[in-house]
Amino acid sequence: MSGLAIKNLSMRFDLPNGSHVQALQDVSLHLNEGELLSVLGPSGCGKTTLLNIVAGFLAPTEGSIELNGHSVTGPDKERGMVFQQGALFEWMSVRDNVSFGPRMAGKKQAEWGEHVDHLLDVTGLGDFKDKAIFELSGGMQQRVALARCLANDPDVILMDEPLGALDALTREKMQGLVLKLWKETGKTIILITHSVEEALLLGERLLVMAPRPGRIHKEYNLPFADMGVDGDLREVKKADGYARTREEILGMIWDMEEEIMGRSEDAS
Amino acid sequence: MIGFIILGVYTAIFVGSFLLITYLVRSATNDFTALKTVTFGDESAVRPNRWASIISIVTIFLIWGSFTGSNYIPGFLHAPAPFVGETTFTYTLENAEGDRDDATVFVRVGELGEKAEKFEVEPGEGMAKDDALAMSASRTETLLFDRNDEATRKDGAKVVAIDGQPIGPDLSIRTDAGRFALTAKGAISFTPSSGLQMDPLYLPPPEAVVNRFFEIATEGYRGYLLYEHLGISLFRVVAGFFFGALLGIPLGYAMGLANWPRGWFDPIVEFMRPVPPLALIPLMIIWFGIDEESKIILLFLAAFWIMIIAARSGVSGVNITKVHAAYSLGASKAQILRQVIVPNSLPEIFTGARVAMGVCWGTVVAAELVSGVNGAGFMIMAASKFQQTDIVLLGIILIGTIGFGIDVLMRMAERKLVPWKGRS
Ligand SMILES: Nc1ncnc2c1ncn2[C@@H]1O[C@H](COP(=O)(O)OP(=O)(O)OP(=O)(O)O)[C@@H](O)[C@H]1O
Ligand SMILES: [Mg+2]
Repeated sequence: MSGLAIKNLSMRFDLPNGSHVQALQDVSLHLNEGELLSVLGPSGCGKTTLLNIVAGFLAPTEGSIELNGHSVTGPDKERGMVFQQGALFEWMSVRDNVSFGPRMAGKKQAEWGEHVDHLLDVTGLGDFKDKAIFELSGGMQQRVALARCLANDPDVILMDEPLGALDALTREKMQGLVLKLWKETGKTIILITHSVEEALLLGERLLVMAPRPGRIHKEYNLPFADMGVDGDLREVKKADGYARTREEILGMIWDMEEEIMGRSEDAS
Repeated sequence: MIGFIILGVYTAIFVGSFLLITYLVRSATNDFTALKTVTFGDESAVRPNRWASIISIVTIFLIWGSFTGSNYIPGFLHAPAPFVGETTFTYTLENAEGDRDDATVFVRVGELGEKAEKFEVEPGEGMAKDDALAMSASRTETLLFDRNDEATRKDGAKVVAIDGQPIGPDLSIRTDAGRFALTAKGAISFTPSSGLQMDPLYLPPPEAVVNRFFEIATEGYRGYLLYEHLGISLFRVVAGFFFGALLGIPLGYAMGLANWPRGWFDPIVEFMRPVPPLALIPLMIIWFGIDEESKIILLFLAAFWIMIIAARSGVSGVNITKVHAAYSLGASKAQILRQVIVPNSLPEIFTGARVAMGVCWGTVVAAELVSGVNGAGFMIMAASKFQQTDIVLLGIILIGTIGFGIDVLMRMAERKLVPWKGRS
């Protein structure tokens, strides 16, 4: 079976003081090849935990992950990660960062050179290939992270708030870039974000998660990502249903946050 | 006493030059920092004033030269020198019956450490006879004035005044010639005015140190030329540090990467860390003797723990997202070690290496002080036994200079090899 299957995933963290946190409870999900899923939810609802399990950094207490029919047991180059920040290698040039995956696989420059240079051009880093990482702005650094992930040609790309640390303008440009690259490469993508707008604009499917225990609250299928691929993202925001869906989701998350606040007030 | 005067002069120059320079040199910097209005409390806005650094160094040499009467600096800057030359004083003798008589004492004071030649004078008239006294500068001499007098101390005679000033067993006095006191038995104890200069035994003038430098550089000291003394010390440090790093860094990595080595070596490292290397010198001598071997092993140990800890904390300082990213890009464990963990720990390792080099340099000098036949520490130890203070000073200056040089080199290497330090 092709695609990414998340089956009855539960994750429980046992704390040193004897209590425990149910970070995920019975989460099931199937992603077809080439789908872009954005995940929203209040802080602490288990988004990062879910992504870490899919990436193979954590083993779930229950359930399993299957990618293209084989089960996931650890990190692998078939599942690439784009982190919020701090994951680039400062001791390498931009180009060495981007070509890290192919180089580690023992490939010759002849095999990856063209692909890497193409990615550098697409992400607008062509003139910065030989620069050091600390010479780049935050937005450029995230483009390097994106290019590095794509250069390794993974089947699935996992992004944990990849644009979270950027300013609003840069962020908008990067959203366009993500959409463009998604369409161009046809990758399966899971994108975690705190921004409802970003989730709506980029997600072909959108997952809203609820906390304590972390679980799937509601799922949407959205047309906006396809509109945005060839259009202007600002125009998309004026599209039919965009504002309504946004308000609906915002309301949902507000309710959850309020419930959390209420609960912790009761506790205290 | 001289210490307080020097401190006073030093403070005066500190404050005076500050006022003068701030008055003369308008801040010429017009970079961003110059526009900051809040500088007190903003550490990044505090920069060393280069004028202050220059004046500070000049001041040290000036004070050194001044208070040692160095011929490197003009005479008018010299602190008053100890009295040298001829002088006289009179003492008033009173015999048991209460009769008094004056006699003159002719004094010849030789250079520091060189007693003037003995000489005789005509005894003169009266009950008290004139005396001659030969002595050296800044030293105290006891004058048995009554050897030629008609009334002696045995007869109950005693000195009651010097140059007309009354003096007694518990009343010492100061005249233009110097300081006078009476000994317990009533003899005159005289110290010619010693000025404000330091005795070369305590602080030789700069030229003495410079001359020693050239002397030892060309003729050697205790069978080794200067560069051999310094070279052997450096060699010991580099060898000890090299082996310490060679074994310590991999061990530190192992402790940072795996449970078993972490558990195994943790108690040893934590136990050895607070033991100062100096405390190991006696054991090293018992085990390995006083030769090269024992010193290099000592320095190895000094560097070893520091490098283990540096490498270990270098590993623990690796941002976990970098490691995760590398795994997701398909890197193997060996590749992650080589491509991520090692480069990421380099800044920590460099910091550790700088500390280790500093500790090793200090330890080698101490080890050579205790035993050995060559090295910078040996040089100053041997010289101190013969009170060759100039060699001791020369050694200290060179030890400081080399230690500083090592640190500068390490910092240069660091900037070259880890340009990303502190920028991620
Ligand atoms: N290693 C851990 N040990 C204990 N508890 C953990 C651990 N990791 C996560 N948790 C808990 O699991 C829950 C989910 O955490 P997670 O980081 O997945 O949330 P999140 O949705 O990513 O939040 P945010 O939006 O703030 O990033 C939280 O309550 C958190 O406290
Ligand atoms: Mg998170």
